[in-house]
Amino acid sequence: MVKLNVNIGNLKLKNPVMTASGTFGYGTEYSDFIDLSKLGGIIVKGTTLAPRQGNPYPRMAETPSGMLNAVGLQNKGVDHFVEKIYPQIKDLDTAVVVNVSGSTIEDYVAVAEKINALDNIPAIELNISCPNVKEGGMAFGTSPRSVENVVKAVRQAYNKTLIVKLSPNVTDITEIARAAEAEGADSLSLINTMLGMAIDAERRRPLLSTVTGGLSGACVKPVALRMVWQVSKSVKVPLIGLGGIMNATDAVEFLLAGASAVQIGTANFIDPQISVKVAEGIEEYLVRQGCHSVQEIIGGLIL
Amino acid sequence: MKKAVIDMSVTANLSVNNRCVLLKLTPADGSILPECKPGQFVEMLVEGEPKAFLRRPISINYVDKDNNELWLLIQMVGAGTNKLSKAAVGDIINIIYPLGNGFTMPLEPNKKVLLVGGGVGVAPLLMLGDELKKAGHTPIFLLGARTKTDLLLLDQFNSISTTYVTTEDASEGEKGFVTQHSVLQKESFDFIYCCGPGPMMKAVAQYASKVAIECEVSLENKMACGIGACLCCVENTTKGNVCVCKEGPVFNIKKLQW
Repeated sequence: MVKLNVNIGNLKLKNPVMTASGTFGYGTEYSDFIDLSKLGGIIVKGTTLAPRQGNPYPRMAETPSGMLNAVGLQNKGVDHFVEKIYPQIKDLDTAVVVNVSGSTIEDYVAVAEKINALDNIPAIELNISCPNVKEGGMAFGTSPRSVENVVKAVRQAYNKTLIVKLSPNVTDITEIARAAEAEGADSLSLINTMLGMAIDAERRRPLLSTVTGGLSGACVKPVALRMVWQVSKSVKVPLIGLGGIMNATDAVEFLLAGASAVQIGTANFIDPQISVKVAEGIEEYLVRQGCHSVQEIIGGLIL
Repeated sequence: MKKAVIDMSVTANLSVNNRCVLLKLTPADGSILPECKPGQFVEMLVEGEPKAFLRRPISINYVDKDNNELWLLIQMVGAGTNKLSKAAVGDIINIIYPLGNGFTMPLEPNKKVLLVGGGVGVAPLLMLGDELKKAGHTPIFLLGARTKTDLLLLDQFNSISTTYVTTEDASEGEKGFVTQHSVLQKESFDFIYCCGPGPMMKAVAQYASKVAIECEVSLENKMACGIGACLCCVENTTKGNVCVCKEGPVFNIKKLQW
């Protein structure tokens, strides 16, 4: 029997596989396909203080081994989440984490406070890395000073596990990671999407209504893996790795690079059962490698 | 209707014209194909084609219950559909099925309904026409294309019911667009269903509004997941941005901001 459970701060996961925000709805969208209780956790869609309609269509463009999106945090707001969504998912037998987004520090704090009051939400993921909103989002995550300010403010308002989601669109991700850790983040998740662009040459027009968008999918994995590796050398808090994980081997690579858990994102769109398959595949890998616990491979890269 | 990921075995790949094939598929494990409704769609996995990262959403063309076969009309528009169109008998194609909501069937009996299709958008109208007829309604098809060879599955439509045709170059049927066909002047209808290129559907919707006939259209916004998770395929409706894959793909035109 292989031990698959991991702890992220006080957040206990039965296995290291979570689903990434914005790719898994509120979990219920996938309940026809998988047993959600087989997941380590679910990170629900980015939630803001006020409802948001998101960006105009078109919001998506397929790219080689990946896709660009410019959804722009479409969601019905935190009050709708608390009243309508939370009752439907609070008894799921998996860790449900809320991704918290905002355009001002006050917004982030207000949402975090409302989520703090929900007994069955053990953690939030602070989204300071969304590339698709005009105000806030990534702007908070690209300078150490602004990261310090927002993490500090949310830390004071929120007393459960605080995960900070980092943007790859920075010169040195380790200084951002250290800033978040210094202000009390319990964990860091990385990476959010990479800013990208696609053009229809015949029409001479951008493929996204917003011109630029966030790149995800298999094509970003080498960058994500490198960043997890670099950050794991720079901070002590546990990391959650994501970015282009398409199968169990990809997930194992993130664990070896130093992540304590992983998130499956864009791969959910291609195979709605992939998250559970990855969890099973990690277990098979551990058995094959003669390991008794997933802990044995976290940061286990041999140099 | 519960959605499922199913491995399908290709039983036939029939050439329809030079850029379109009809794939017939049956569950690879021999199980009975679950129920679906006209207007629903599938997400097809494309394997072995690096340029096709995401699944391809394809309308359900027809379900042949006698042979336990799902029919999908594939028009070659890019790397993904090109690859799918080359499937050989016996190949396995993974699909997510059935997705979205279908067309609304008339609540009252004996309705005369018009089914307007353009290009590969005729696909869902075959099953819809068949089910309307079996339910005792009178479906009339009105199909448009640029030229004769772009008219797809005409024989199948004709075998179900009266089929009118327009082509832009007058190579078959009346010359012009579907909204210019004389049948619209000569006959009256209780309901219009429409699937085709955006400008065609907007013209049909405009016509339906003008003559005050209920009308449903099937949209094909670019999508990723097909199950309402990624929020990419949104259409701006009277309820704001909603996912075409989950709230649609069929919409009553009153709900659209057209």
